Amino acid sequence: MAESICRALRDGALEGEHAPALTIKDSIASPSGPIVFNHVLVQLSSNILALKSQSQGIVLVALSRSPSFYVDLLKSRGIDVDSLHKWLRVLDCYTDPLGWKDRLVECGSITNPSPEASNKVRLCKDVRNLDNLSSSIIEMGKELVGQGKGRFSVAIDSATDMLRHASISSVAALLSSLRSHAQVSCAFWLLHSDLHEVRVTSVLEYLSSMLANVEPMTQSTNGQRGNSENFSLLEQNSKRGKFNVRMKRRNGRVRLMFEEFCIEQSGIKFTPVSSDGGIVTQSLVPKVQFNLQLSEKERIERAKVVLPFEHQGNGKSIEIYDGRRYLTENKTETISNFDEKLQTNEDPGRGEIIYFRDSDDERPDSDEDPDDDLDI
Amino acid sequence: MDRSLNLLDEALGLDNGDSNPSETRLLLLIEDCVETSAYFVLHHLIKRSLSPHSSALVVFVAFAQPFSHYDRILRKMGCNLVVQRDNKRFLFLDMLTLECPGEPQMEMVKKLAKVDFLICMEKSRKLWRLEPGASLVMIDDISLMEVAANGSSNHVLDFLHYCQTLTTEFGCSLVFLNHKDIYSSMERPTLILQMEYLAEVIIRAEPLATGLAADVHGQLTVMNKGICDGPRTLQTKMCNFHFRIKENCVEYFYPGSRT
Repeated sequence: MAESICRALRDGALEGEHAPALTIKDSIASPSGPIVFNHVLVQLSSNILALKSQSQGIVLVALSRSPSFYVDLLKSRGIDVDSLHKWLRVLDCYTDPLGWKDRLVECGSITNPSPEASNKVRLCKDVRNLDNLSSSIIEMGKELVGQGKGRFSVAIDSATDMLRHASISSVAALLSSLRSHAQVSCAFWLLHSDLHEVRVTSVLEYLSSMLANVEPMTQSTNGQRGNSENFSLLEQNSKRGKFNVRMKRRNGRVRLMFEEFCIEQSGIKFTPVSSDGGIVTQSLVPKVQFNLQLSEKERIERAKVVLPFEHQGNGKSIEIYDGRRYLTENKTETISNFDEKLQTNEDPGRGEIIYFRDSDDERPDSDEDPDDDLDI
Repeated sequence: MDRSLNLLDEALGLDNGDSNPSETRLLLLIEDCVETSAYFVLHHLIKRSLSPHSSALVVFVAFAQPFSHYDRILRKMGCNLVVQRDNKRFLFLDMLTLECPGEPQMEMVKKLAKVDFLICMEKSRKLWRLEPGASLVMIDDISLMEVAANGSSNHVLDFLHYCQTLTTEFGCSLVFLNHKDIYSSMERPTLILQMEYLAEVIIRAEPLATGLAADVHGQLTVMNKGICDGPRTLQTKMCNFHFRIKENCVEYFYPGSRT
């Protein structure tokens, strides 16, 4: 539930608890994680601007996109950009993450390598040093909200890039120190799960109170990635997908929620899962010339059929029909009786099972032991 | 322009060069395999960029072939690389023979960090300022770069990241080629996955599922995730078509559209 995630991030940390944290996880089969990340970022921004949220500002650690991308993103979603400096700080780990450009400036090979750092963007020239990174994040947050009780949110646009430069233990240390910081309201980050070992993804999942998993609608069957045989599958997965959310409550209760999303020109849309995956099951039934399933009308009619003996015991005299026309009865009467019954059957309101024994030679069921003539 | 060439250009979102060049900025990954080589896409893009209509600059980072190889092919296609090189529109960096003055034993990683930015940024800086969006950085190819970097895919990714920052800083395009089947047996092919996450447009060259035919040499699948760094969420466009490589051009056509 995208909405409940955004609400949890908006509400922020509870008294005496660590800040809520969200891991957004995707894979190459459904690479829409960045779009979900952007959606969450925009939602949180508009909550902050509307003063609805606990946090008063966002510190965005930009590793995979340039800071100007995020400014453009917020602008395109109708968020007032003029007031950005009041509630947004960007730690730019994108432009020069390893200090190569800086070194070239020192050598005199190039001049003015990086765009002007403004008061809302700070350049980070060594992402491998996570201690520095962590203290920069905290400093920038304090710039936003001051030293007092104000809180800020932290968004990391790619934990994957961070893990490429540093070990899992140091990244985990950074994230948990952020969560436990008294002035952090919430934190969220994006992870491409197929680039990491299972161990690494589960460490990050343990660190977060919420997990949003972006999964493809249908998995490719032969497991071969990117084969053009799966062309339509690829196309479908790039536009739609499943959105699974796991939320951990304080008391240890875990809530699982499922949604679907589709990507439109205007942004990402979340919809509740269509009832028991009707589309999927229907498409799984092979196309044959005869019906494998009942139509709605047939299903209603089947429900109306009175099963043998079902009517008995509700006041009427109990009859057990063994299929024989009794000699004591008038033959013709019986036959006309059946004719009547057949006619009444045309009344669509009621179904009935009619059974004729094959012949009168058949013995009716009796209490006699059919095997009593056996001599064993 | 030859009409048949337009199928690839259309899929890439390129046009005849009339519109604003910054809108045709690409972050393009080309994946091919042993059976079907995708070098012709590189050649096509070089020729396009160096055509007389455009004033683009091409920086070619070569690990696979020497200059004379590309020169011979492009000459057949009607584009003289020697002239373009002398005009400073085609910068060819032969990474395997490149030597840095004073530091002949320099490691490839350092070479990459230093040489690329020294040359790409300094020599072409003025030109890029004048012609934003029209320039092209090409890497041929990533797997050999990985070999040159002593198998460290992390260094390759660092280098690619810096190339990516060039695209946002100068609005140029980045094209890189890799061979997909090299990674096919790996359980977690991190390098190729990272590149697929990075790229905005992916071109896959594959043989036909039914095997090679006389008049069809393979198929291209183009997956366009939208214009690089566009602020709006753009829908992914995909298309698939066949190609036939001729002596000095390539024909593109939809499956079944030829008798």
